[in-house]
Amino acid sequence: MARRGGPPEVNAGSMADIAFLLLIFFLVTTTIETDAGLDRMLPPIEPPEDNVIIKQKNIFTVNINKSGQLLVEEELTNLKDLRKKAIAFLDNGGDGTCNYCKGKKDDTSSDNPTKAIISLKNDRETKYGTYITVQNELVGAYNELRNREAQRLYGRDFTDMEAEYLNPETPSSIRDDLKDKVQRIQDLFPQKLSEAETATSN
Amino acid sequence: MAKFTKKKDGDLPAVSTASLPDIVFMLLFFFMTVTTMKDSSLMVENTLPNASEVKKLEKKDRVLYIYVGKPTRDYQKVFGTEPKIQLNDKFANVSDVGDFILEERAKKPQELQNVLTTALKVDKDANMGLISDIKQELRKVNALKVNYTTYEGDAFRNIQ
Repeated sequence: MARRGGPPEVNAGSMADIAFLLLIFFLVTTTIETDAGLDRMLPPIEPPEDNVIIKQKNIFTVNINKSGQLLVEEELTNLKDLRKKAIAFLDNGGDGTCNYCKGKKDDTSSDNPTKAIISLKNDRETKYGTYITVQNELVGAYNELRNREAQRLYGRDFTDMEAEYLNPETPSSIRDDLKDKVQRIQDLFPQKLSEAETATSN
Repeated sequence: MAKFTKKKDGDLPAVSTASLPDIVFMLLFFFMTVTTMKDSSLMVENTLPNASEVKKLEKKDRVLYIYVGKPTRDYQKVFGTEPKIQLNDKFANVSDVGDFILEERAKKPQELQNVLTTALKVDKDANMGLISDIKQELRKVNALKVNYTTYEGDAFRNIQ
């Protein structure tokens, strides 16, 4: 005879199935990856009050035309040579005040990495992909020089140090230590990348 | 006096599956917490360019997104094939970018308002003219920190 009284037990066997179903749904919709990209600072809109005179030889001009060709220092250049040229320019140390530069000390090129400015101009019809490639090469030139100095001073890569410094999971004691080092390397090769307003095509 | 019934040999005891739901629930909660649902569906084509010197965009709450690209096929009849700007779920003009940034900035907590980054997710076939206009608008509202979002890869693949 069946036992009466007391509610019948609910079968919980299908609980796992339901949970699995939800699990699979969230598995499929999850995106954990973080975005990455090139960080840049735009110049403030107010023009600087006093007009600073910059010597022509301290400016490295890069022009991109609408079909993606490069004019570097008035010379038609292949994109693959841009990084090498930018490094040669930044690392030149023409006036001899830069004791860590390993460049040619050419009189007609930049005086000091802290004075060297890269000026990037592009046409309104330049493809964004080309622009990013040029930006990437110029940032790469800076990173390569900074890595060299970081290796010399601290025995590790600058990009590595910076990534650890920017990572929010790094403990703050290490961060404080890294902050000075990162700052010091950045001061050796400050990123001075000027972007003029785009030219209209003729 | 006690009577012992001998266990039958060769009969494996059943493994208890009672804790299976618990395990599965644990996994479920893990994925529920790390999931970020896409808050805006893309209405523009968005093949990002490649770059090798990238930095990770940490802290998603400090990032504002601007999408640029050709409208996807569904929207091409209405909006044409010229690259457009997408802000949240709407197509927008260049002149709307400034207002959008101010609006989004006002929504963020006070202490984050000065450290916001604008992530530009731009299709690699877009023209620089539009990007320059956006940059000009960003400068007007003093949103100077930008990140050109890219895929990690060889930058020379962009120009092939």
